[in-house]
Amino acid sequence: MTERLLLGREEDIPEGSARGFDPHLSGRNTLFVVRRNGQLFAYRDLCPHYETTTLPWRKHAYLNARADRIVCSAHGAEFDIASGLCVQGACEGRHLARLSLICVDGLMFVDNPPRS
Amino acid sequence: MNITGLCEVIFGVENVADCHQFVTDYGLEPVGNGRFEALDGTAVVILDVNDPSLPAAMETGTKLRKTVYSVADQATLEAIRAELSRDREVTVLADGSLQSIDDMGFVLGFKLFERQPIDLPAEIVNAPGNSPSRGLNAIGTSLVHSPKPRTLSHIVYFVPDHAVFEKFYIERLGFVVTDRFIGAGPFMRPAGSIDHHALFCIQTPPFMKGIEHFTFHMAGPSDVVFGGTNMVNKGYESFWGPGRHIFGSNWFWYFKSPMGCNMEFDADMDLHDDTWTAREAPLIADNSQSFLLQYREKWSPGGPPPGEAHD
Repeated sequence: MTERLLLGREEDIPEGSARGFDPHLSGRNTLFVVRRNGQLFAYRDLCPHYETTTLPWRKHAYLNARADRIVCSAHGAEFDIASGLCVQGACEGRHLARLSLICVDGLMFVDNPPRS
Repeated sequence: MNITGLCEVIFGVENVADCHQFVTDYGLEPVGNGRFEALDGTAVVILDVNDPSLPAAMETGTKLRKTVYSVADQATLEAIRAELSRDREVTVLADGSLQSIDDMGFVLGFKLFERQPIDLPAEIVNAPGNSPSRGLNAIGTSLVHSPKPRTLSHIVYFVPDHAVFEKFYIERLGFVVTDRFIGAGPFMRPAGSIDHHALFCIQTPPFMKGIEHFTFHMAGPSDVVFGGTNMVNKGYESFWGPGRHIFGSNWFWYFKSPMGCNMEFDADMDLHDDTWTAREAPLIADNSQSFLLQYREKWSPGGPPPGEAHD
């Protein structure tokens, strides 16, 4: 059965920003949502390099200085925002795990969010 | 060759303000021009990505631009210059330091540098049977403490060929291997340092080449944990630790950084001389950590106080 959880309002994620979420209250963010060119994308907060590491150096710090790539701050891997593909660094050619994000009436929901 | 250790690690970044805040919160002292010093004057230098003083960036995108080693005397500088000039360019910079590259393409600097003397006690513990102790009425810890990093300790690179890497540092610069992870890389110390390692590498595919982490020595394990806890409380995210390594025996706590690499707190590393025989082990978690501690925000049971009714 699909577990659909409310994350918040779409307007909580301005253009060129990202925000982490911990929907199961695990103690650390397990997914993040990023907005690029008006579109929202949700990914699991887990770098495909070691698969045990969250990405940001500080809470919600998922993007590079130009806000045009997602960055894992452990080893500097950079990911395309729209596809989740690692285009430079530690896990080149691998993808972040995309999550199903549903937007209804300005609200964001995620299906089957990771528990850790 | 009398290379005495690391003295500077230099980055070129786009997010300069974030990086400067991060290393200040780590405990380093801002002294201007992007330079942040430990108590003995060793430093991390973080400049804008386009700063003209920086050597060219590596093709992999690592933010590390240069690793600078200290040497004890002019004769050592001359010896390094003569040795490296045999097969690569060696530039003498305005401050008299040398700049060249290693066999993996990492830019190296060598400069006359004397660490400022530090006259501070290490962490002193009370233990039955041991003397001296911390002393009567001397308190061991406090709720608030901002420990200062004492000296730049070591740097770790991802390299595409650990054998070629090791050969360069041993044969051309006189480094000594203290221990080794089989198939991954050696722990090395320069001949003028007794620290277990100033340099370590992990073999990876070429596109990963760059810095894995760097670290400063703290006074002891409590300061490693205090420094790390202060970082957590400021919203920074732990990568690994706190714990204690086996090779080197150093305590560790690693944090992801805006420089795109890990930055570690480290303390109580083993010291070695030339009578030491290097050990070898596979690079697996069991050989990397004597133990690993994890902070727990909530440790007491929940619910109402005893005697009150539960719903």
